[in-house]
Amino acid sequence: MNWYKYASPTNFYPLAGKMIPWFAIPSAILFVLGLYVGFFVAPTDFQQGDAYRIIFIHVPSAWMGMFLYLLMAFYAAIGWAFNARLSSMMASAISITGAMFTALSLVTGSLWGKPTWGTYWVWDARLTSTLILLFLYIGFISLQASIDDRSRADRAGAVLAIVGVINVPIIYFSVQWWNTLHQGASIRLLGKPTIAPPMMAAMLIILAACWLYSIAVVLVRLRQIIVEREQTAAWAAEARA
Amino acid sequence: MFRWIVVRDLTLAWKSRVDVLSTLFFFLIVVSLFPLGIGPETNLLRLIAPGVVWVAALLASMLSLGRLFANDYQDGTLEQLLLTPQPLYLVVLGKVLALWLVSGVPLALMSPVLGIQFGLSGNTLFVLVVSLLLGTPVLALIGSIGAALTLGLRGGGLLLSILVLPLYIPVLIFGSGAVDASITGMGLQGSLSLLGAVLVLSLVFAPWATSAALRISLE
Repeated sequence: MNWYKYASPTNFYPLAGKMIPWFAIPSAILFVLGLYVGFFVAPTDFQQGDAYRIIFIHVPSAWMGMFLYLLMAFYAAIGWAFNARLSSMMASAISITGAMFTALSLVTGSLWGKPTWGTYWVWDARLTSTLILLFLYIGFISLQASIDDRSRADRAGAVLAIVGVINVPIIYFSVQWWNTLHQGASIRLLGKPTIAPPMMAAMLIILAACWLYSIAVVLVRLRQIIVEREQTAAWAAEARA
Repeated sequence: MFRWIVVRDLTLAWKSRVDVLSTLFFFLIVVSLFPLGIGPETNLLRLIAPGVVWVAALLASMLSLGRLFANDYQDGTLEQLLLTPQPLYLVVLGKVLALWLVSGVPLALMSPVLGIQFGLSGNTLFVLVVSLLLGTPVLALIGSIGAALTLGLRGGGLLLSILVLPLYIPVLIFGSGAVDASITGMGLQGSLSLLGAVLVLSLVFAPWATSAALRISLE
């Protein structure tokens, strides 16, 4: 089997269409299972009560936000280095999902913060660096959106994403340092060193569900991007019809 | 080549002095707005001074980035510079150095005046100048990447701020942190060293990224 065949958008388009249900359906099942374990099986936390249960959404989405940024930069770099259009399209498709998860982790984080910390927002190191990560996503998306020439947009996005990846550790470190300097209300996100096995299980199941969801949604968006960019090609016109 | 670029850009900057001065005035005005918005309490002002001056410096150097490549791009000089056999790295470095000399350095030298308005004392004023002298070249270097990426785009200025300001955050933290530390009498060497480290890092990587971005934008 020649894998390079699927590096061409024309060939990947139908394959992606066939793959989507294989990721979407398990994702839905795992979401239901994970939420069931999270809400009904996992014990109530003796300090935070039931409010802690939001971590089953919060933690996986925060992880996804970070992973997807790296993945996006990776695909953008591959697309730039090897002039592989599909990789660049993949990066564009991932960026929206990554931004969505980062925003979700901020929203769920502040909803969680209200009952536990008594406030929606603290300038905690993690919250701050997640916020900056969201800014980096927004920068990538708006740069790509304002360049009309697709090939320039792909490569400009790649430069920005790579610069962002180099900066992420520096930003994270500086925010951490800044936070300890200011002696902010830095409450540990997970106060206890160990969490009960059902909690961990629920979190991992939802993480897997988030992964599968991301793959499915990215593939859907990728198909749209392919059709949009190849609209002059005859096959794409057929696919749209 | 490097020297030629620097001299040329400085000459051009001298010919459009108004642009250079308006960046400085912008810095001055933004910083002066804060006491008007917050109130004339000296203690409070002293507390917020490092952050205010540094944020204003960030905004001012971001605004000056528009000049870095835009004019050369419009009259076609930039395209010619890309075609020269000399490494683009040096061209970028020369242009950034010239930009820093006309925007970063005067800004740093002017900052003690603003510091006095905020009730900072002698030693802290000195730290403020040093931190700005170390930090503003980083701002120019990182900003040059954004300026190259947004070259010739509609709404380039606003887009530039969205791209560049998040990347400026470490400089802001270390720079204002150093001034903060000098006010409270804590050790400030750490943040100044970190600022220096960021400067070295961006000296190595930023011109390279800017060159790549210029090639992409001019294709």
